[in-house]
Amino acid sequence: MQQLARHHSIFFMILRRLRAPLIVLITIIAISVLGLTLTPGVDDEGKVTYLSFFHAFYFISYTATTIGFGEIPYAFSDQQRLWVTISIYMSVIGWAYTLGSVFALLSDRSLRQAIAMQAFVRAVRRLREPFYLVCGYGETGRLICQALDRMGVRAVVIEVDEGKVGEIDLHSYALDVPAIAADAGNPETLKFAGLTHPSCVGVIALTNDDPTNLAIAIAARLLAPRVPAVCRAEHGATSANMASFGTRHIINPFERFSETLALALHAPKTSQLMNWLTGLPGTTIERRRNPPRGPWIVCGHGRFGRWMVDAMDAEAVPVTIIDMEPKGDGVHRWVQGDGTGREALLEAGVDTATGIVCGTSSDVDNLSIAVTARELNPDLFVILRQNHYDNRALFDAFESDITVVPSRIIAHECLAILSTPLLVPFLQEVRRRDEDWCGAQLERLTHRLGWTVPEIRSVRINLSRAPALHRRLMRGETITLEMLLRSPTDRRDALDCEALFLDRDDDDHLLVPAGSTRIRAGDEILLAGSAAALSDFGLVIANEHTLNYVLTGEDLPDGWVWEKLSRRRPAPNNPNLP
Amino acid sequence: MNLEKVIFGFFIVLAATLNFGFFIGDMDNPAHHDIYELFAALVVSLVATVLKFGDRTQIGAIHLSTSLVADLQLIAAAMVWGYAAHVSGTGLTAASTASIVSLSGGALLANMVSVIILIAETIIQRR
Repeated sequence: MQQLARHHSIFFMILRRLRAPLIVLITIIAISVLGLTLTPGVDDEGKVTYLSFFHAFYFISYTATTIGFGEIPYAFSDQQRLWVTISIYMSVIGWAYTLGSVFALLSDRSLRQAIAMQAFVRAVRRLREPFYLVCGYGETGRLICQALDRMGVRAVVIEVDEGKVGEIDLHSYALDVPAIAADAGNPETLKFAGLTHPSCVGVIALTNDDPTNLAIAIAARLLAPRVPAVCRAEHGATSANMASFGTRHIINPFERFSETLALALHAPKTSQLMNWLTGLPGTTIERRRNPPRGPWIVCGHGRFGRWMVDAMDAEAVPVTIIDMEPKGDGVHRWVQGDGTGREALLEAGVDTATGIVCGTSSDVDNLSIAVTARELNPDLFVILRQNHYDNRALFDAFESDITVVPSRIIAHECLAILSTPLLVPFLQEVRRRDEDWCGAQLERLTHRLGWTVPEIRSVRINLSRAPALHRRLMRGETITLEMLLRSPTDRRDALDCEALFLDRDDDDHLLVPAGSTRIRAGDEILLAGSAAALSDFGLVIANEHTLNYVLTGEDLPDGWVWEKLSRRRPAPNNPNLP
Repeated sequence: MNLEKVIFGFFIVLAATLNFGFFIGDMDNPAHHDIYELFAALVVSLVATVLKFGDRTQIGAIHLSTSLVADLQLIAAAMVWGYAAHVSGTGLTAASTASIVSLSGGALLANMVSVIILIAETIIQRR
C-alpha cells in the first residue's frame, strides 16, 4: 500500500495530469478556427467571402462539441466543407483524448486515495466533541467502536486493511466514524487522524502488530503528551519498552488472563468478585467451579502457554507441558506431541490431571485437544483459548470452564480504563484485601444487586456534572451518601446502586464507603448498579428540584410565578435538565 | 538542456512577442492591428497557461497568475472585437480599436512580468 507522506492538494494534481490533453484541445480548436477563416467561401450573391473569427469560432464550438446547428452565415463552399471534415475528425480525437484522461484520472487509485485522505482530514478537523483515536479495526477495534458508539462517544479509525475500512461504512453506527486506510505507525497519518487535535481524548493502539503499536505509543507520547494512550502488547519486550517511556496503559491479553488465573487459583472469592465487577454489563455470572490446585497439563508452549505456566509456577501447581518442540527446562515435565492425539495426552497423565489448558494458536487444534481430553477424563477443568471470533459457535457448543478470547479481554480492559478511570485503582485495592473480606462483599453486593453484571460508573461532584449538589455543598450543607442514594420517584426507596469507592482530591480514598460518609465537593464516587438507577442518580445530583425532593421530601415550586405565589426565596438560576 | 524548459520558455516568450506585435502601431487605426495576430496571441497565451498548471512552487504560482491575467485581458479584447465587428453593426471604429488595443496592452504588461519572472528564475538557478 502506498504511503501518503504528504497532504496532497488534489486540485493541482488534477491540473498537472490534464496539462497534455488541454494543450491538445486548445491546439486543435485553434487550428480549426484559423483554417476556417482562411478557407474561401461564397456568399448568396456568388462573391468570394471569408468567415470572420467570430463566425469561425462559433461554428467550430458547436461542431466540435457535436451540437451542430448548420452552416452559417451562408451555405459553405466545397473548400470550406473539406476543411470542416478535417476539423471534425481532429476535434473528435481531441475530445476523446481529454475525456479519456479525465475518466482515467477519476478512477486513478492514487487520486481516489488523495480524495479520501482529504475528506478524512476535513472530517477530523471539523470534530468539535471529544473523540478517541482507534488504531486497528480488527475484532477488538470493532468491539471498542461499538461500545463507544453506544456510549455516544465519537471515534476516528485508522486501519491498514482497506476491506475492513469498507466494513465501517456497512456497519450502521449511530455516529459518523471517520476512517482511513493507512499505516497507523506513520506519525504523519496519526496527525491527520487528529492526534494533536484539541478534542482528542485518547489514543487506542490495537493493531495486531507489536512494532506498530509501539510506534503509535511513542508518537502519542511525543506529539500529544497530555493524551492518554491505551496500547496492546503481546510480547513482554514490547510492553517493557512502552512502559519505559511512560505509556499510561499497556494491555497484554495473555498476561492479563494469567493474572486472573493465578488469582483464581490463589483466591477464588476475590476472583469471583472481580469477575462480577468486570464482566460485560448485562450478562449473568454463574457461580462456576474454581480452578483446582492439582496437577495441570498445558498444551502448546507459545506466548499464551508460557504465561499460563508462569502463573501456575507462581502458585506452585505441578505442570506438564505438551509441545512439538520440548525444551526440557528441568523444572516441568515435557511431552513431545501436539496434544490432539490420545497418546500424548495419556503420556502427559491426563487421567490423573485436574485441569488442562488448550493454548495453541489453532482453534481447531484447541477444540480437538479439549474434546479428546474430556473423553479421557470427564472431570477435567478445561481452559480453552479462542483465537478467532468467527469460531464462537464451536466454542459455545463445547462447554469449557473458561474460554479465553484475547480480543474480548483487550476490548473489555480498554473500555474499563476509558469509561471508568476509577475502576482500576479500586480493583488494585480489592486485590490487596483478604479472601474473607472479598467473600463478604460479594455476598452483600450480589444480595442487593443480583448476579447480573452491574453497570459501573464514576461520578465526580463538580459544577459541570453535579451542579445542584455542588451548590448545596458549597453552601456548607451536610449531605451523606445515604441521603443521596434515594429514588427520585419515591424517596423512601433506596436506589439500586452501591458506592464502591470514593476518591478525594487530597489523595484520600475510601474503599466501599459507608452510607454515613459525608460528601465533599470534588469527590469522585465509583458506583455499581442498574443502568436506570445510575441515570436516576445523575438526575438527582444535577437537578435542583429532584435533589431538594430527595433530601427534604418537599417539591420546590417550578418557575417564577409559582415561586412568587408560594412566597419563597427564588432558587438561584435553575440548572438545566441533563 | 531540458526540452521541457525549452518549450516552456518558448511559449512564454512567444506569447509576449505576439502580444507586442499586435499592440504596436497607432492606437486607433484598425489597419495597424491584425486580428490574426490577436488570435495567435490568445491561443499561445492559453497554451502557456496550461503549461504552468500544477507547479506548486511560489514562482510557479506567480507564473500561473500572470498568465491568467494575460488570458483574461486577451479574451476581453477578443470579445470587444467580436462585439464591434459583428454585433454593434457599425464595424470596427477607431474607438473600439483603441479599446481592443488598450486591453491587449494590459495583457502585454502581464506577459512582460511573466518573461521577467522566467529570467529571474533562470538566474537564480545558475545552471
